[in-house]
Amino acid sequence: MQLPLPLIRLTRIPVRYGRRVAPRSIRRYAGVITLGLMLLAWQLLVMSEALPSYQLPAPAAVWAEFVDWLSTGRLWPHIWTTVVEVVSGLAFGVLFAVALGYVIAHSPLLDDVLSPMIVALQSTPVVAYAPLLVIWFPGITSKTITSALIVFFPMLMSTVVGIRNVPPTLIALMRVSQATRRQMFVKLEAPAAMPVLLSGLKTAATLSVIGAVVGELINGNAGLGHLVRLGLSQYDIPLVFVAVILLAALAISLYQLVSALERRLLHWQQFE
Amino acid sequence: MLEIRSLSVTFTQPNSEPLLALGPLSFDIPPGQFVCLVGPSGCGKSTLVNVIAGLQTPTTGCVRLEGTTMRGPSPRVGLMFQNATLMPWRTVRDNVALPLELAGAGRAQRMEAVDALLEMLGLTDFANAYPGGLSGGMAQRVALGRVLSQKPHLLLLDEPFGALDALTREQVSFDLLRAWRREQQTVLMVTHDITEATLLADRVLVMSRRPGQIIANIPVTIRRPRHPEDAFTPDFSETAREVRAAINRA
Repeated sequence: MQLPLPLIRLTRIPVRYGRRVAPRSIRRYAGVITLGLMLLAWQLLVMSEALPSYQLPAPAAVWAEFVDWLSTGRLWPHIWTTVVEVVSGLAFGVLFAVALGYVIAHSPLLDDVLSPMIVALQSTPVVAYAPLLVIWFPGITSKTITSALIVFFPMLMSTVVGIRNVPPTLIALMRVSQATRRQMFVKLEAPAAMPVLLSGLKTAATLSVIGAVVGELINGNAGLGHLVRLGLSQYDIPLVFVAVILLAALAISLYQLVSALERRLLHWQQFE
Repeated sequence: MLEIRSLSVTFTQPNSEPLLALGPLSFDIPPGQFVCLVGPSGCGKSTLVNVIAGLQTPTTGCVRLEGTTMRGPSPRVGLMFQNATLMPWRTVRDNVALPLELAGAGRAQRMEAVDALLEMLGLTDFANAYPGGLSGGMAQRVALGRVLSQKPHLLLLDEPFGALDALTREQVSFDLLRAWRREQQTVLMVTHDITEATLLADRVLVMSRRPGQIIANIPVTIRRPRHPEDAFTPDFSETAREVRAAINRA
């Protein structure tokens, strides 16, 4: 099987001449080997009986639980619910943050007016007021809102920083060429801010999963966060493991999706 | 014809005296003339360029180009800075095409004009490269191509080759001279290099310390087309010495 290279990477690695790089074959399988070692460590921990098996189930038990939930068709609705919450939360959060961030970046007055409120909102732990949201907005809406709120701030900051750091000489150049507002945005601001925006979006993508799960943990009758609560209440620890691992997989998938987008949109960066 | 009339710029800041940064100064540049502006650093050269480009409003006076008073930026004026300031996400070709794109020119028309410029500047092989990998001289050639593509009537160059090494600087400045001979734009170039000014210009204007005023107007009579070797002629030395002396008085 051909695995993509790199499997997962935090940021682009700058080219440095003369640096020794491990062979591609090793780098290609590095991520898989790490995962394998973690599984092995888990299995060894179970076998050492440091914790009773009803508290720490073996990997095989978790796998069996996963297959059971999957084959009976009970798992999919929960996965789907969480995916919908996460994706809608991410979409709304990013949309509002980018729109507001763009306006704030251009209006010092609006910055002065809104910043105290935004910072106050960000400083208050979402987990603390999420129960209120759950009461006010029934069903899936409260999870979408929690997720959007958690995504909002990092995305807003990225937008403001990205737009404010557009090189002033390029702005002057665009003005001399009598660029319209629209051209200024499409041809200068958007591409210039894109690297910062995308790195903000990477953070936001993983945070959006946290937001949805917080909502589900407080109250909900569907979703992977709900399965965690269910598993704990019934002392079905393998179920908790299944839900947690699936949540991790969801977050990683989103991260990878943004990384792929980044490689596509910022392909010019490899020439720097 | 570029006409500068009793132009001055005063910076006002809260809690401090208003600062006269530039002028008042007046001068004319006839159409197609290549003028270099030299002066001590901080004398307001860049401010003057910004005002003529329409990016900054003068406190008094006005700038007239071809009989009309300048109010804000105009596509008739092309601007080039010390740094190439290319868009790293655009290829060399698309960077050069930017002004045409902004002016709404069609794709075919853009390509034709851009290809000719790339050819003239020796950039054809790099047309599809991204600026990230270019040397300083190459990047500055792209910036030159970009400003020429909008076919400006007036070229404003703010120390355009200041960041380049001596040999590259010479090559790119003669590229500029070739382009100018073809199109005969009016050129106003700010530089702090006396040799460069004398070698390129029809006329050298010398500015005083702040508030910058024109204190000398030195015609350069070396025949055209110019060559780098002209820098070793007695005529050249004589003119360069005159510019030097004027700067010393500044």
